[in-house]
Amino acid sequence: MADLHVNLAGVTLANPLIAASGTFGFGREYGELYPLSTLGGISCKGLTLRERPGNPPPRIAETPGGMLNAVGLQNPGVESFIAHELPWLRQQGTVVIANIAGNTPEEYREMAERLSETDVDMIEMNISCPNVKQGGVQFGTTCEGVTAVTSAVRRSCKKPLMVKLSPNVSDIGEMAAAAEAAGADAVSLINTLTGMRIDIRTRRPIIRNNTGGLSGPAVFPVAVRMVWQAAQRVKIPVVGLGGISTWQDAVEMLLAGAAALQIGTVLFQDPYAPVKILEGLSRFLEEEGLSSVTELTGAVRPW
Amino acid sequence: MKAFDVRQCRILRREELVPGVFSVWVEAGELAEKAAPGQFAQIAVPGKTLRRPISICEIDKARCALRFVFQIRGEGTEILARYEEGRSWDILAPLGHGFELGDCSRKVCFVGGGIGVPPLLEAAKPFGANASAVLGFRTKAAAILLSDFERQGNRVILATDDGSAGFHGLVTGCMPEDCEAVFACGPTPMLRAVAAWAAERGVPCQISLEQRMACGVGACLGCACKLKAEDGGWRFGHVCKDGPVFRADCVLFE
Ligand SMILES: Cc1cc2nc3c(=O)[nH]c(=O)nc-3n(C[C@H](O)[C@H](O)[C@H](O)COP(=O)(O)OP(=O)(O)OC[C@H]3O[C@@H](n4cnc5c(N)ncnc54)[C@H](O)[C@@H]3O)c2cc1C
Ligand SMILES: Cc1cc2nc3c(=O)[nH]c(=O)nc-3n(C[C@H](O)[C@H](O)[C@H](O)COP(=O)(O)O)c2cc1C
Ligand code: FES
Repeated sequence: MADLHVNLAGVTLANPLIAASGTFGFGREYGELYPLSTLGGISCKGLTLRERPGNPPPRIAETPGGMLNAVGLQNPGVESFIAHELPWLRQQGTVVIANIAGNTPEEYREMAERLSETDVDMIEMNISCPNVKQGGVQFGTTCEGVTAVTSAVRRSCKKPLMVKLSPNVSDIGEMAAAAEAAGADAVSLINTLTGMRIDIRTRRPIIRNNTGGLSGPAVFPVAVRMVWQAAQRVKIPVVGLGGISTWQDAVEMLLAGAAALQIGTVLFQDPYAPVKILEGLSRFLEEEGLSSVTELTGAVRPW
Repeated sequence: MKAFDVRQCRILRREELVPGVFSVWVEAGELAEKAAPGQFAQIAVPGKTLRRPISICEIDKARCALRFVFQIRGEGTEILARYEEGRSWDILAPLGHGFELGDCSRKVCFVGGGIGVPPLLEAAKPFGANASAVLGFRTKAAAILLSDFERQGNRVILATDDGSAGFHGLVTGCMPEDCEAVFACGPTPMLRAVAAWAAERGVPCQISLEQRMACGVGACLGCACKLKAEDGGWRFGHVCKDGPVFRADCVLFE
């Protein structure tokens, strides 16, 4: 059987599939269905320094080939995660990635410092959540913002640091390069694209927050393009996500330049998607006569 | 044992109860064994990103079958309604926290409004003649499941908004005063009124809520609802995991 292991910034994953932040909670729910060691890793629900209640409902709207969400980073806060979720998650035999979000570079830094004292494997910085009004600063949409927040965190972060990039920018390569220059060990992309839907009878946006983040198959081609562009600009690993639903999508994202993958929205349609994607990926590697999944990374043959 | 699971469930019997409202019995294997009244299923719709949440209407443990009664409200439910007997639905179930029935020798009242009626049927079963089923509909032609409640021994009280059958007016106008517990499902204004009715009389009341859902299992935090917190404030709970059935005095209506 072909080898599915990948190395992500010094962390070994049993396979390249990671559950995407915010779609998998802290693992307990889908852990009902299969051992969490099925996955290479889990990126936990986005954490903030203090507990956040999140946005008022409705938080969800279906869209052609996807969905909008505006959960608004509802989470119990970083200390509660460390006390109540991490000990259990640590025992599940998978790589644990803490996903963090803050209002200021100092908040990000403080969380990274605190999490560096724990046994999480990796920290993913969400600098691109489109659903949080408070704080105002969208670090993820300018090079200066990416540099400021990444370098602040880098000073205090003793874990491998992954910066999750926003697709709501004109040049994704620039953003990836800024993250790398400021000390990121990896980048993950894409977060959701900002979208909106309106009920034509009530003339009200379906989501109470008016706008929300678009995810699912609808964003897949955008994600492939952005991963391809980012991978050409940086030497650090690129983790590809956005709309991956099938093993074929997974192969495509790897070819575009991804060293590992995250999956989110597809779980809502098929909670067993990780199992099926991994089976398909293994079979494909056999058929293609490849000995390791890493041989696919960046192997696209552009015209 | 898994608390819930995905299964391809063959449709055993499909029937249109009134125009646009379908009753579907499916062969559900171990999902039926695990199911409890008031829980729900997430049913996959081919070509759609999100599953559709539909309450479990009846559980037949002997035949390992589940019944769903649903109304066509949009594209998803329309596609599900087209599935004929012999084809299969892809079902994730049983989900959520259902009704806590307690002592079935008490006199209780089930209150349903429109398409909120189906989730009450299984819950009312063990109460037999001790249960009154107060069922409200827009009009006589929209009334469903009356004979199903009667067949299991419940006392049915029909109410219609337009007075075309039964009591003319809101369900709260014809709820029996002698009940010791209330179980309700229906549109929010009705639930608010029923909760107030029960609170005035000091009668415990459980209500089943709806919210737009993605995962249906508690992982995405999409289906928030406002609940009263112990400290006197409020917090967001989740309909799919903490509910869909809540104690009415814990829900903060807006
Ligand atoms: C716990 C629960 C139990 C339910 N039980 C029943 C039942 O037993 N019988 C029944 O007829 N209906 C029930 N509903 C409502 C049912 O889920 C919606 O009518 C259905 O999702 C509409 O889908 P659609 O594609 O036809 O409509 P569309 O409007 O096209 O759907 C678009 C999106 O909005 C969501 N949506 C629309 N209306 C609702 C709603 N009222 N609640 C939640 N999501 C909604 C859909 O799921 C979908 O994601 C229940 C809802 C919940 C939350
Ligand atoms: C309901 C929901 C909640 C999310 N919450 C977070 C979050 O807390 N932090 C984060 O970095 N990304 C969050 N995301 C974005 C996903 O991690 C992912 O970037 C995006 O959904 C694209 O991948 P997908 O199409 O496979 O879902 C969320 C997405 C969804 C659908
Ligand atoms: S629908 Fe995902 S938490 Fe309820």
